[in-house]
Amino acid sequence: MTTDLIKYFFLALWQVFRGDKKYYLWLAFLSIFVFLGLYAYIEQANRGLIATSMRDQVSWGFYISNFTFLVGVAAAAVLLVVPAYMYHFKPIKEIVLFGELLAISAITMCILFIMVDMGQPLRVWHILPFIGKMNFPRSLLAWDVIVLNGYLAINTLIVFYSLYRLSQGKELNMACIGPLILLSIPWAVSIHTVTAFLYNGLSSRPFWNASILAPRFLASAFCSGPALIIIIFQIIRKLTKVVIDDRAIFKISELIAYAIGLNLFLLSAELFKEFYSGSIHSYPMEYLYFGLHGKTGVVPWIWTATALNITAFFLFLFPRTRENFKTLNLACLFVIIGVYIEKGLGLVVPGFVPDTLGEIYEYFPNRLEIMVSMGIWAVGAILYTLLLKFSIPIYTGQIRFGTPEPKE
Amino acid sequence: MEKTDKELREAAINRRTFLKGATLGLAATALPLNKAEASFWDAFFQKHFTEMNDAEIKKVLGRLEKEYEQKYNIAVKVGAEKAMPGVLFGYGLDLSRCIGCRRCVYACVDENNQSKDPQVQWITVLRFKKGDKWIDLEGSEKYYNPQEVPEPGYFYMPVQCQQCENPPCVKACPTQATWKEPDGIVVVDYNWCIGCRYCMAACPYGARRFNWAAPKRKPGEINPNTHYLGNRPRYKGVVEKCTFCVQRTRNGKYPACVEACPVGARKFGNLLDPNSEIRYAIEHKRVFRLKEDLNTNPKFYYFFAYGN
Amino acid sequence: MGYSKVFFQLIIVLTLSCFSLGSALAEPAQEVQKKFLVPPPPLSPGIFPCSQCHQFLPANKKPRKLEQMHQEITLKHLPGGWCLDCHNPDNRDTFRLANGKLVSFEESYYLCAQCHGIIFREWKAGLHGKRTGMWNGEKQYRLCVHCHYPHDPIFKPLKPMPAPIRPADIK
Repeated sequence: MTTDLIKYFFLALWQVFRGDKKYYLWLAFLSIFVFLGLYAYIEQANRGLIATSMRDQVSWGFYISNFTFLVGVAAAAVLLVVPAYMYHFKPIKEIVLFGELLAISAITMCILFIMVDMGQPLRVWHILPFIGKMNFPRSLLAWDVIVLNGYLAINTLIVFYSLYRLSQGKELNMACIGPLILLSIPWAVSIHTVTAFLYNGLSSRPFWNASILAPRFLASAFCSGPALIIIIFQIIRKLTKVVIDDRAIFKISELIAYAIGLNLFLLSAELFKEFYSGSIHSYPMEYLYFGLHGKTGVVPWIWTATALNITAFFLFLFPRTRENFKTLNLACLFVIIGVYIEKGLGLVVPGFVPDTLGEIYEYFPNRLEIMVSMGIWAVGAILYTLLLKFSIPIYTGQIRFGTPEPKE
Repeated sequence: MEKTDKELREAAINRRTFLKGATLGLAATALPLNKAEASFWDAFFQKHFTEMNDAEIKKVLGRLEKEYEQKYNIAVKVGAEKAMPGVLFGYGLDLSRCIGCRRCVYACVDENNQSKDPQVQWITVLRFKKGDKWIDLEGSEKYYNPQEVPEPGYFYMPVQCQQCENPPCVKACPTQATWKEPDGIVVVDYNWCIGCRYCMAACPYGARRFNWAAPKRKPGEINPNTHYLGNRPRYKGVVEKCTFCVQRTRNGKYPACVEACPVGARKFGNLLDPNSEIRYAIEHKRVFRLKEDLNTNPKFYYFFAYGN
Repeated sequence: MGYSKVFFQLIIVLTLSCFSLGSALAEPAQEVQKKFLVPPPPLSPGIFPCSQCHQFLPANKKPRKLEQMHQEITLKHLPGGWCLDCHNPDNRDTFRLANGKLVSFEESYYLCAQCHGIIFREWKAGLHGKRTGMWNGEKQYRLCVHCHYPHDPIFKPLKPMPAPIRPADIK
């Protein structure tokens, strides 16, 4: 059975190398960014992290921002669609797979962002339990390592098991995979909660040390993740034989409306608390929205993000705009960019400004950080493309094992 | 014209081989594969400091001394003195005396082999305007540069690692590369730190510094009396901070900053010794600690010597 | 009869020895003069011993502004006072305390302690002023005059060492 499994795997893998011109062009385009990113990373590895804009005062920056955003995408990708199994909402049930593949790509990108942010990446084995000296349970970063890698493992298992069964024309054996699928739901919540907690638990950073942080993370993840999925599903629908019902897309967009509503409500709760109470702990938020001591670098960004989020909320709220693909895609783009700014630099930088001794260092990612980050996004996109290329023929029934040759 | 399967396969193979070759080439330039860099592998597989026995520690110290000698062409001694029993170090800072001259900052830089380029300074001296709000530190100025200090109308407060009894950095570190020693000093194992900088986010006092680049210090400026957990030359990509001059204090000496202060604003001693000057300060003066609301329980006490 | 005499003498001897023993063991009312390890006093070169000139000069105890020698010293200490309030007119190699006791230049802190008692108490405890040495062993003090010029003791401002480099300027 195992030799068959390996044989089928390689047979299916062969599909990855059989694409049309658009496919190879897309991969080549992404590879350019991967090489640029690699080139930039080599410079960073040689000179040290001084090649970035991060300094002691703002010791986390663009890499960790991207990491935080992508953990949200990974969580939402599964959270959104896995419950479909539970509620048997047929239009969604069939595309759970693509959400899980997105989760795998997102987690891989997360891991890469952490690796490029480390000062001594070769020592990463120190963080492992037993082999290294993992500080569990006291360190939230240790928890994050466990839940993120566990999430990757769970999703990989579910995906390849599903593909294996699909490729044989069989239904999933719920007795076998059911518990794992069930587990992936709270696990998806936990990856983002743990990531929120690692910010939340630091009493030294009043901007993060707010109980509302974990709910905000989850709310904003539910905005951006599904929006990304909507766009991706439309692309899949267009380029492959996969059938995705409009109803599925509109259902997801309806959920996004509620998620943005919740996100905006939580944001207003934070704004009220900071600006009404007006204690010294409100300075980071003041820096973010209005600038502090004349330093206004982040202000235009956050207002753009807020405007995009509010616009997207209304576009998603009304069925007329929600079910019109032009406005729907615009709204998706708005909410993705809005949450990317708000949860990325809009979360990390104000945590460090003003710093613990009152200093303001205005951090902006420099060219090198942007190149490395784009390289990692390109890696994620390549990975997702390859995973789709691998899975879709199986999903659509193009590849079935038991037949002698895979049909074209 | 559609490409045949064969052509596609060949194209795929060519691309694959290129990628493989390029990666290996890159990796080869990064990994030391010759014998002379065998110490690289010793360093790579080195165990956590607290898990090594005395013989292993001695071996590590010998390897480090050789590395430093190769790098700086001078004989550097790396010790690993343990904490003295019955000792819990405490520090006192007399705010009524500090004049903001920064001699402590530079004495520390020289004693502890801090990088000159990029500049690393473990001690930060903050200047506050008299009468202004100061406890939130937000109105402070770090970059003051007058002709003379103290300037009328201002006062000064140096900040360095507070050596908390409940350190948030130790809680945060994912690899336990930083921990609290029995004599109360919070130390970093520079060979274990992975450079994730979570401890820097966790520290409420901005006490930790990161080596954003390889630390540069001229061989003539190296202090050769070092401690494994203290002032030995560090590496790119690891975190460092004040260690109460562990290389000096575990041999009975005062930290360099205490001895450098021209006005005697800095006091140091054993909190467990009722006759120490730090105990005298705590018992006779009105002491406070920074950000006490965070319950980090620092052992760095600020006080004003005038008054009872 | 002889016994009572002996008995009486015994009582007296015992009482006296108890007293002497008691006084030896009891806490002294005044502090025992401890030895403080200090560097030599920062005297101008060639000026000490003062008696090399002053043993030949009669002591003029009239408070006045000095004209012939030491005229560069302006006293910005002890308002209304003058030189011989601290310097001993009969022996310039010593200081004279208010109770008449003499104090050498090496122990000049006793002179300052007369007015600055609280600071003296803290200096002894190690809280005032710079001390170097071993935190768990011998410590070296400094004389008051090592940091505070006695004729103009207010601490003079110093030139600060350079400010740190701003993070934006660290490349």
